[in-house]
Amino acid sequence: MRRREFLTLSASSIGGVLVYSLDRRVFRLSTRSVESIRIPLRFFSRAEALIVAAAASRIVPSDETGPGAREAGVAVYIDRQLAGPWGRDRYRYSQEPFEEHAPPELGYQGKATPQQIYRQALKDLTGFDLLDTAAQDEKLKEIEGTLFFSLLRRNTIEGMFCDPMHGGNIDMLGWQLIGFPGPRMSNYDDVDKHFGEAFRPKPASLSQVTRGNVRPSEDEV
Amino acid sequence: MKTLPAADVVIIGGGWTGLLMAKELGSRTALSVVVLERGGPRKTDDYANSMDELDYAVRLRLMQDTSLETVTFRHSSGQRALPLRQLGSFLAGSGVGGAGEHWNGVCFRFLPDCFELLSRTMEKYGSKRLPEDHAIQDWGVNYDDLEPHYARAEEMMGISGKAGNLRGKQIEGGNIFEGWRSAEYPTPPTKIPYFSALFREAASTLGYHPYPIPAATTSQPYTNPDGVARPGCFYCGYCERFGCMVGAKAQPTNTLMPVIQKRKNVSIRTGAWVRRIVQEDAQNGKRARGVTYLDAKGEEVFQPAELIFLASWILNNTRLLLLSEIGEPYNPDTGKGTLGRNLTHQVSFPAVTAFFEKPLNRFMGSGSAGVCVSDLDGDLLDHSRLPFLRGGCLVAFSLGYRPIANFGVVPQTVKTTWGLEWKKAAVHYYDRTGNIVFSGEHLAYRGNYMDLDPAYKDHFGDALLRLTLDWRDNERNMAEFATGKSVEIARAMGAKEVTLFPGLKRYDATRYQSTHLQGGTIMGRSPDRSVVNPYLQHWQIPNLLVLGGSAFPQNASTNPTLTLLALTYRTADAVVDRYLKSPSPLA
Repeated sequence: MRRREFLTLSASSIGGVLVYSLDRRVFRLSTRSVESIRIPLRFFSRAEALIVAAAASRIVPSDETGPGAREAGVAVYIDRQLAGPWGRDRYRYSQEPFEEHAPPELGYQGKATPQQIYRQALKDLTGFDLLDTAAQDEKLKEIEGTLFFSLLRRNTIEGMFCDPMHGGNIDMLGWQLIGFPGPRMSNYDDVDKHFGEAFRPKPASLSQVTRGNVRPSEDEV
Repeated sequence: MKTLPAADVVIIGGGWTGLLMAKELGSRTALSVVVLERGGPRKTDDYANSMDELDYAVRLRLMQDTSLETVTFRHSSGQRALPLRQLGSFLAGSGVGGAGEHWNGVCFRFLPDCFELLSRTMEKYGSKRLPEDHAIQDWGVNYDDLEPHYARAEEMMGISGKAGNLRGKQIEGGNIFEGWRSAEYPTPPTKIPYFSALFREAASTLGYHPYPIPAATTSQPYTNPDGVARPGCFYCGYCERFGCMVGAKAQPTNTLMPVIQKRKNVSIRTGAWVRRIVQEDAQNGKRARGVTYLDAKGEEVFQPAELIFLASWILNNTRLLLLSEIGEPYNPDTGKGTLGRNLTHQVSFPAVTAFFEKPLNRFMGSGSAGVCVSDLDGDLLDHSRLPFLRGGCLVAFSLGYRPIANFGVVPQTVKTTWGLEWKKAAVHYYDRTGNIVFSGEHLAYRGNYMDLDPAYKDHFGDALLRLTLDWRDNERNMAEFATGKSVEIARAMGAKEVTLFPGLKRYDATRYQSTHLQGGTIMGRSPDRSVVNPYLQHWQIPNLLVLGGSAFPQNASTNPTLTLLALTYRTADAVVDRYLKSPSPLA
């Protein structure tokens, strides 16, 4: 087994937030108590995680409208997804022959798993996180048409808006950004009211709503 | 191989149709009934923690595991088919309840003329108007035959809605174009959320006849004739791709299983993967002797039975008959054979994406909450001057808007799909965006069919089912027409910007359309052109009946569940009242 690597995030960049550790205990950080946090990585090397964090934050940047992929912990989310059954194509039909140049209406027909697609593409992006943002955007424009980029974009949106138990959407920052309250047991009294005005209940995550023990798919063997 | 003691009845598949048949036979007879379901057990409690968009709606936790079995696909018979390596344009279910667990609960009846599509169309337009390579047929059953069974299915699920045609009397506010109904819906319509209310008002202004979607996400607590009680819907918005955590959405597990579990003569075996139906020569032709399956431990088992129901959804119904070499496979070149013919889907797409000034609060909703117009459906328009036959419905759903699926939809003025400008627009428009969906009829064609794939195998080494399917001009022209109409409504709703559906080109197996594939074991009046008779009984093997949408000769515009349940009720009556007294052909 390879040496365990960590992604170190500056606490000021993610604000005072809830962080989900590997064993799923939740703890709240404040910028006053620590300067940085170390999150154990499941699939990426530290260098890879930094590239993914940088690229995701160019897809959904932080700006005056609110936080982006960096604050939401998207890199942590993607790391866990890649280590889990999705990253290994556990549920994908993977019998040969593969066809790398199939018509797009038949979906991705190649052999490479998400793990392999990321690992290969990240080799070509070595040093990406050290570029300035303008140069990063130029680089991403060059690879916009690739399978890797479409996966990265999709995974970035997933990591922005998934339930926090999956490692992204830390402190429900993504949900707060768009006014999504997360899973609510009942909208019965509100569903036919509030016409024409924003109704924005305070977000709550699945474990807060159901108080149940939920096992996310990325933790499946 | 182990041989088990014989059962009176074996039902292959534990979804809506299989479990409805199990409930009917289990309650009305003393027969021993065994249901073989290849997935796992499911119950309402399983869904308490399931409101997770990622694992259920994106990673598709309730769906068929494509690593074990999928289908292959091609657009026309000259091409090499490739496997659908992940589910896309439709979502096959798995486990007890099947796709009936993860459905939205939209519960229309089909229009009366759908059942006599060929004769009605010929009568009105003549054979010249039909597409050259069409394969449309009459069903061998008509709306009047089915009406009482439609009513039973609605009562069983407690469908919420508003009648538009009570025994021939048109009622404003309901669907005035629907076939006659013997009774009002069991429960009143669901609540109508803002986006759907905007649509209703705009459609009315433009002269359409909007009505609330008939819903199995029941509007109030309801107890059905079997004594099964369910709560009313809470509009949490986690219906499609999810199981209902409170049991308000009618699902086989919360509506049929409570009855079945009380019947000692019905047993449900999960993890039972049926591989063949075994037939033998009998006195007057052939009969089915039983089925072979792999049990949950992987052991091969032979289960003898007197009567067999194949109820394993459209694709597997067709595939199991092909693998079992029951019936003659359809040959598109000669037109001979019937098994696998008339594969249809539905002309289903977001006709217009509309962007509004005000927020819509779209997280609130329910799988079948919303408003529909049927003025363009069936043959309600005069098609003699239109470039297509038949039609469909325009619908404004409020089914619960979730962020992973929907974040990032922006007006066309935004030219990028990532970065700062896109993010700002995506955040602004996230809750200001709505689709008007069109759902239209799909005609059957000689070249759209199913057979066994010569190259790709499932987990056990059996050939995968191969789909050959593409759109024709009738669907493309219908889609273009519907898009134009939907833009007018969107503008009347106050949309500031609109994005039009780009049009149907080739069939796209990656874009989710609906889980309403039909055909393959179609019903009809003649064994030369159908696989089963109007009672869904196999023409060559009278003790084999095939339930579900695989019986539809072509698709109607709306959701099929109510129709396939009505057909199942009708078959149950024929079996109990006639077949069991004298096992022989029912037609």
